[in-house]
Amino acid sequence: MQLTNTQSATYNDGVIRQFSIMAVVWGVVGMLVGCVIAAQLVWPELNLGLPWTSFGRLRPLHTNAVIFAFGGCTLFATSYYVVQRTCQTSLFCGKLASFTFWGWQAVILAAAISLPLGFSQSKEYAELEWPIDILIAIVWVSYAVVFFGTIAKRKVKHIYVANWFFGAFILTVALLHIVNSAAIPAGYMKSYSAYAGVQDAMVQWWYGHNAVGFFLTAGFLGIMYYFVPKQANRPVYSYSLSIVHFWALIFTYMWAGPHHLHYTALPDWTQSLGMAFSLILLAPSWGGMINGMMTMSGAWHKLRSDPILRFMIVSLSFYGMSTFEGPMMAIKTVNSLSHYTDWTVGHVHSGALGWVGLVSMGALYYMVPRLFGQKQMHSMKAIELHFWLATVGIVLYIASLWISGVMEGLMWRAINTDGTLTYTFVESVKAKHPYYIIRLLGGLLYLSGMVIMLWNVIKTATSGKPAIASIPPVVAHA
Amino acid sequence: MDINTLRILTTVVSFIVFIGILVWVWRNRNTSGFKEAANLPFEDDQS
Repeated sequence: MQLTNTQSATYNDGVIRQFSIMAVVWGVVGMLVGCVIAAQLVWPELNLGLPWTSFGRLRPLHTNAVIFAFGGCTLFATSYYVVQRTCQTSLFCGKLASFTFWGWQAVILAAAISLPLGFSQSKEYAELEWPIDILIAIVWVSYAVVFFGTIAKRKVKHIYVANWFFGAFILTVALLHIVNSAAIPAGYMKSYSAYAGVQDAMVQWWYGHNAVGFFLTAGFLGIMYYFVPKQANRPVYSYSLSIVHFWALIFTYMWAGPHHLHYTALPDWTQSLGMAFSLILLAPSWGGMINGMMTMSGAWHKLRSDPILRFMIVSLSFYGMSTFEGPMMAIKTVNSLSHYTDWTVGHVHSGALGWVGLVSMGALYYMVPRLFGQKQMHSMKAIELHFWLATVGIVLYIASLWISGVMEGLMWRAINTDGTLTYTFVESVKAKHPYYIIRLLGGLLYLSGMVIMLWNVIKTATSGKPAIASIPPVVAHA
Repeated sequence: MDINTLRILTTVVSFIVFIGILVWVWRNRNTSGFKEAANLPFEDDQS
């Protein structure tokens, strides 16, 4: 081998450091906004009587911040980290990778300004207006070029399974975003959807559910398939199961969207199709969860001493729980009770706080010390504390919304013997009040854990210095 | 060709491909290729 290539034989970790830090920062911001709107539901006066701080404008700010800012930055950071290390090569086109960082931060900033000002396409999780949508598309295509370019110049034969999940996530989100955001502009911050009526609703929920399936699931499964084996220091339980897991998810997720439109104008057969595929999804979801969990077999004792591993494994438990709950709620008769109630909100948060949040935090706790040349995070005790605050927070959050959701669903459908409704709508709102307080408490615990994480990350970063990680010499593969 | 025939074909072909993947994975489950791939995250440490 020539000695000339030792110069460039380091991983491109600068952009990963940037994304990792911003993931934690946006996590705090997004969860803070979440707590503000949870408090508004308890005490409506907290909207301050201003349009910019009203629930309807802050709620999309919360969802966009936690999904696309916190989740998005985490996915950029982890995918760049994993793809380099499992392909044993540096990022393809480092300048473009740097552009994805600044471009993505610009998108987040534009969202943080335009949403409170009331600019919205009013499609859930796709609220941002068309000029921002175009910027997202450009950044996303650049992301795909960097990621797949890196895979193309890999020094090893195989493409590790985590990269398959990241790759599917990147490709699918590009497709979903471009199709669902198709709109006719009617001014610089105003547009109308390219679709009409029930087709528009179906496109939106095809997008919406696959945003869950690919942004919040496939991407984070990529995280799981790299960081759980690394932290447990043993290869994944079954590599063949991981391949089946991948393809089963890919073939089924795309069809599950109609379960968001049960008992609407959507044709009945489409609703039933969505329900059937949602039920099928239980199998690959649990296959993946079991694969992650069983990676621990023979090393369960590590959970006692390693809080980072605990983040990951408890995250998988929540993944299993919410992917059981989801198919169940997609059954039409169950959905007739759960739809439009707090149960849905609770379900989403058991997936978001439990699965996505905890696995992200675990991966960030793994990466941050390594990126800053430290052996471990500044304070392991603080990670322990964060774990318990987050877990108790999630349990309070989802348990209270289960109760209030089922309660309001039952109140809405209760009828007297003469056929009139037993309860007025406002009675169901009043009945939820105590549960909203518990939910806020759960959210505040989760947020406080995140603030501790931010402190811990800043301490770790400032006491270390950016580490230059060299690419190991390629082991000869047959 | 009728668009619905095309749709049916796509679904059927997808299903057959998936079954094909299952068979392929099952037949290769004990080969060194899968073991090698599963160990990729650890190759990195051997420097």
